[in-house]
Amino acid sequence: MPQEHRLILKHADSPGYTNDLECYVRHGGYEALKKALATAPRELADGKKMSPQEVIRDEVLKSGLRGRGGAGFSAGLKWSFVDRKSGKPIYLICNADESEPGTFKDRQIIHKDPHQLIEGMIISCWANDVKLAYIYIRGEFPEGARILNRALKEARAKGFLGKNILGTGLDVEMHVHRGAGAYICGEETGLIESLEGKRPYPRIKPPYFPAVLGLYMCPTIVNNVETLCHVNHIVTMGSAEYAKLGTPNNTGTRIVSLSGQVKRPGYYEIEVGKVTLGELIHHENFGGGLRDGRQLKAIIPGGSSSKILKAGEVFKVNRKGPDGQMTKVDVALLDLPYDFDSLQAAGTMSGSSAIIVMDDSTDMVEALANLSEFYAHESCGQCTPCREGSLWMAKALHRLTHGHGRKQDADYLVGIAKNIQGRTICAFGEACAWPVLSFVAKFKSEFEAKGAADEARAKSSGSMHQRSSPIAGLHAGKI
Amino acid sequence: MSTAATTETKPAPPPVDTIKIKVDGREIEVPKMMPDWQGNLQPTTMLQACQLAAKEVPHYCYHPKLPIAGNCRMCLVEFGLPAMGPDRKLLLNEDGTPKITKQVLPYEPQTPRGAIACATPISPGMEIYPSSPATKQMREGILESLLINHPLDCPICDQAGECKLQEYSVEHGQATSRFVEAKVHKPKAVDLGPRILLDDERCILCTRCIRFTKDIVGDDKLGVVNRGSYNSIAAFPGTTFDNNYTLNTVDICPVGALTSKDFRFQMRVWFLKESKSLCTSCGTGCNLTVGSREDKIYRFEPRENNAVNGPWMCDAGRLNYKWVGRADRLTEVLVQDVGQASRLSHSSEKSKTGATPVLRKTTWTAALSEITEKLKKVPAGSVAIVGSARQTNEELFLLGKLAKKLGALTDSVPREGEADKLLVSADRNPNSTGARLTGLCFTEMGIHLPKIADGIKAGKIKTLIVFGEDVTKHGFGPDLLGRLDTLIVSDILPNATTRLAHYLLPGCAHAEKRGTFVNVKGRLQKFIKAVEPKGDARPEWEFLHELVHHVTGHNGFVSIEGLFNQMAHEVPAFHGLEWAKIGDTGVTVQI
Ligand SMILES: Cc1cc2nc3c(=O)[nH]c(=O)nc-3n(C[C@H](O)[C@H](O)[C@H](O)COP(=O)(O)O)c2cc1C
Ligand code: SF4
Ligand code: SF4
Ligand code: SF4
Ligand code: FES
Repeated sequence: MPQEHRLILKHADSPGYTNDLECYVRHGGYEALKKALATAPRELADGKKMSPQEVIRDEVLKSGLRGRGGAGFSAGLKWSFVDRKSGKPIYLICNADESEPGTFKDRQIIHKDPHQLIEGMIISCWANDVKLAYIYIRGEFPEGARILNRALKEARAKGFLGKNILGTGLDVEMHVHRGAGAYICGEETGLIESLEGKRPYPRIKPPYFPAVLGLYMCPTIVNNVETLCHVNHIVTMGSAEYAKLGTPNNTGTRIVSLSGQVKRPGYYEIEVGKVTLGELIHHENFGGGLRDGRQLKAIIPGGSSSKILKAGEVFKVNRKGPDGQMTKVDVALLDLPYDFDSLQAAGTMSGSSAIIVMDDSTDMVEALANLSEFYAHESCGQCTPCREGSLWMAKALHRLTHGHGRKQDADYLVGIAKNIQGRTICAFGEACAWPVLSFVAKFKSEFEAKGAADEARAKSSGSMHQRSSPIAGLHAGKI
Repeated sequence: MSTAATTETKPAPPPVDTIKIKVDGREIEVPKMMPDWQGNLQPTTMLQACQLAAKEVPHYCYHPKLPIAGNCRMCLVEFGLPAMGPDRKLLLNEDGTPKITKQVLPYEPQTPRGAIACATPISPGMEIYPSSPATKQMREGILESLLINHPLDCPICDQAGECKLQEYSVEHGQATSRFVEAKVHKPKAVDLGPRILLDDERCILCTRCIRFTKDIVGDDKLGVVNRGSYNSIAAFPGTTFDNNYTLNTVDICPVGALTSKDFRFQMRVWFLKESKSLCTSCGTGCNLTVGSREDKIYRFEPRENNAVNGPWMCDAGRLNYKWVGRADRLTEVLVQDVGQASRLSHSSEKSKTGATPVLRKTTWTAALSEITEKLKKVPAGSVAIVGSARQTNEELFLLGKLAKKLGALTDSVPREGEADKLLVSADRNPNSTGARLTGLCFTEMGIHLPKIADGIKAGKIKTLIVFGEDVTKHGFGPDLLGRLDTLIVSDILPNATTRLAHYLLPGCAHAEKRGTFVNVKGRLQKFIKAVEPKGDARPEWEFLHELVHHVTGHNGFVSIEGLFNQMAHEVPAFHGLEWAKIGDTGVTVQI
C-alpha cells in the first residue's frame, strides 16, 4: 500500500511536538551533529587519508542526495565544486525563499522543526569549512523568520552554534535574512545579490558560479531547506542505508506539496519514486481522489514552472529490466513514479515537488493567464527576452480571457515563449515560458476555440479588430 | 638618446598563448587572454574573437570599458564545441577533423542554444556561428522584444542617426512586429540631474549608464526601480544625478533615452561636421570631437584615447565651448592712435582717464609693421612677455623666439583647481607642460610675474606683450600698465587688459586653429581646426610667425607643419617629432 515515509517530518506533526530546542533534543536532536563532529578520518586503499570533513562530504555524495529546491542537482557534487583553494571564506546559504507557486513544504520544516534545519546547516558548514551561514527567508514568512531567530538563539545558548561548538573548537555563525517579497530572490544568484543588499538581479554564469564567485565574490554553497535537513539523516543513517530509501538515482524522501482539485490537499513525505502520480492524487493516504463527479484534466507536477501534463498521456520511460538492461517502456501519466528521472523522461520536472491537480472544471486559458500574470509580475526585468516577453504573454492572455482573443493567439503565444526559453540570464526564462509552451501544446484547441469565438463575436457585432480595444487591467497599470 | 620623444613605446610583445577556433567556418588563431574593461588580461570572449575575425556581433549592453552585464542578450550566438567521448578524448569525423557538437537546449535538443558572446570565454576548437540562421533568429527575437514597448519616436529623437536600436533593426530586425498589445508607458523627459534628461520609454535597460556611474565614476546614484517590463532607470530618491561626468552616459546610451539638456533638439547629428580636437579646460587634455555646422559649435564629445582619457571626458570640459561663439568676441585689429594719451578701448566706453579714447580699426599688415618698427627700436631688456599656458606649443615657441631676440623676461599664468580621481587635473591650463618645455616659463610657473611687474614699476620695462591672459588680475593693475610705452595684447574675449592695449590683436579659440599641447603627463597631442575664426581674428601662430620673421629676420614658416617641425628641431623634448607623424591620439614626450 502506498504510504508516507516520514523522515524529515517524522516528528513535526506528532501531538505535543514543539519547535523549541528542548523538544528537539528530547527527540534525538543534535545527535547527528555530535556524530558528525566525532567522525574519524578514513584510510583509503591507496594509503591516502580522508579528513573527517571529507568523509562527510563523501557520504553526502554517496547518499545520492539531490537538491530539493528545483533543479534536482546532486548535493554532494555541488559541494565538490566549491573552490577551496582561493583562500577566501566559504559561505553556506540556505534557500528558504520558497516562492514557487504550489510549494509549501519548507515552511513546514521552518515552522515545526527549525532545529532540524539548523543542525543540518551546522553539519554542512563544518563539512565545508564554512564559518558563516545565512538563511535567506522570503519576506512573506515573518513568523518563520521569528521562529528561526529564536531557534538560533537557543542553539547558541546551548553551545550548538557560535564559538567553540560543543567544546570542539568549531566556530559557526548563522544569520536569518528576510527577503522583501520577490520570487526571483529564490534564484540562487539573485538571492546572493539580494543578500548583498542589492537588487536581486541574477548573475551571469559564466563567470559567476556561486561555488567560485558567490556571496561577496567568495565561494558559496546554496542549498534548499529540505536538502540541508537531509544531511542530518545521511549522517545518522550512513550513506548506504540512506540510499536504500527511494529508488536508484532518486534516493531519500521528499515532501510533496499537493494542491488543486483533490479532496485532501496537503503535504506528504514519500520515498522518492516509491509512489506514483496517480497514487498521490487518488490514494486515500494522499490526495484521496478528485472532487466527486469530476474527471482529471491536467497535472502541473513540479511547481508552476514545470510543464503541465495532460490526463491520459503516455510517456516513454527508461526501465531497468530483470536482465539489468535499460529499455524504454510506455508509462501512463498516473503510473509515473514521482521522482526526478521519471518526470524528466515525461518531458517535465519534479521541480519543487509541488503538484497542482486540475479537474475538468478548469479553464486552461484562465489557468495559464493566472500563471502568466504571476511571472510578468515577478520577472526581475534584467534581461530583454524575459522582461519584455513575460509581460507580452501576460497581456495576450489577459486579452484572450477578456473577450478580445484571436484564433492565432495560440501560435502567437508559442512564438513569444520560444524567444524567451534558453536565451535569458536565469532559469526564470524557462519558468515563464514553459507553462505557456506546455499549456498551448497540450490544450491548443481550447486556446483556439476561445480566440475563434471572440473573433466571431467581434465580427457579428461589427466591431473593429481588438487591436485598440480598451482592456482594463493589465496594461492600464502595473501588474 | 637621440630622440627625446617617442611614439607609444611598444616593448617586444611577449609570446602570446593562442587558441584556434572557427568563426563562421573560418579558422582563426586568437590570443587566449585579452584585456578586459580595466585592461587586465582575462580569457578572450567570443565577442572579442569575432571582432578579431572581422565578424560583427551586434550588442547593446557590452561596452569595452565597462564591466560586463550580459543583460541585453543581443550578442547571443550559436556555437559548437569539440565532441568528446566517454574517455574524454576528442571524437573525430571520418576525414580526421574533430567532430563538433552544436550546442542545443538540454530540454529541447532540436533547438540551438545560444551563448552571450560578450561574456562567454572561447575554448580550443570552439566554433562560433555569428551569421547562422539560428543566430539571426535569436537576434530578431531580441530586437522584436526591445521594440514592442519602444515608442518609436525616431522623428523627434536626438539619437536618430546614432541609434543602435535603429541601426540594428534595419540590419538584423524583421520588417513587421507581431505585437498587438498596448505598449507599456513610462515617464518621458524625466529630470535626472542638471544636465541630463531621461526618456524612460526609450530606455532599453542595458545599464550602461548605471555601470559607468558606479564603476567608473564611483557614484552610486543611478539604479533601476520597479519590476519586469516596468523597470526604469532612476536617480536615488531625493538626490540628483549631478556628478561631473554625467554627460558621458548620454554618449554610451545606445538609444535616445539619456539626452543632454544642452544638446537636446539643437541639431540633427548627421548635419554635424566632426573635427578632432582637445579639451582646453585642464591639463589632462581629453581628446574630443567638435561637432559644428556652418562655423557654429554645437557640441563637444569625447574622442577615445586610452593614453589620456579613455572614452570619457568631464562635463565641465564638455560644456566649455559656448564662449567661442560669444557676440563680444574680439574680431578687429585695433590700434590706439599715435599721440593719443588715453588708453584705447575697443568698446565705446570711456577710458579710465575720462578722455574719449580714439580707437582705430586697422589691418593686420599695418599693425604688425608698426609693432615690428617699435620692437626693432627697443633697447634689449626693456620688453617683457606674458604668454599663456592656454596657448599652443607653436605659439609659445614663437613667443620664445621673440623673447630671445629682445632679451625679454617671460612667464605665464598658473591656473589651479582641485583634481578629482578620474580625469580632472589640478592644473587648469591645457599646456603648462608645453609652456615649460618651450621655455616660456620656468618649472614654477608665474615666478617671474612679480619681477616683470617690478621692472615696469622701476621703469626698466617699457614694452609688455601679453597673450591670452588678463594680467590685471595677476599683479598688473591699470596704473602699472599705464606706465608702459607700449602694451601689445592678443586675446579672444575682451577683458581689463585688452581694454588698456595699444595694439590689440584678435586671436583664435583652439577650435578655430591648429596646434599642439603637451598634457600634464607629457602627452603631446595635436588638434585641428573645426570652425572659421570670427571677423579679422587670426590664429596666433600665423601672425606671430610673421612678427618673428619681421623682427628677427629668421625665416618664417607659412604652415603649421613646417613650424612644428622646426620647433621639434629646436626644442629638445620634441626632437625627432614630425607633425605628420603625430597620430590622432598623440605621442608621449619626456618631461
Ligand atoms: C526563478 C527561480 C526561483 C527559484 N526559487 C527557489 C526557491 O524559492 N527555493 C529554492 O530552494 N530554490 C529555488 N530556486 C532554485 C535555486 O536557484 C537553487 O537551484 C536551489 O536553491 C539550490 O538548492 P538545492 O540544490 O538544494 O535544490 C529557484 C530557481 C529559479 C530559477
Ligand atoms: S530571466 Fe527574467 S528573472 Fe531571470 S534575469 Fe532575466 S529578466 Fe530577470
Ligand atoms: S538610459 Fe540608456 S544607457 Fe541607461 S540603461 Fe537605458 S538605454 Fe541603457
Ligand atoms: S578632465 Fe580636463 S581635459 Fe578632460 S574634459 Fe575635463 S576639463 Fe577637459
Ligand atoms: S552585449 Fe548584451 S548580453 Fe552581450
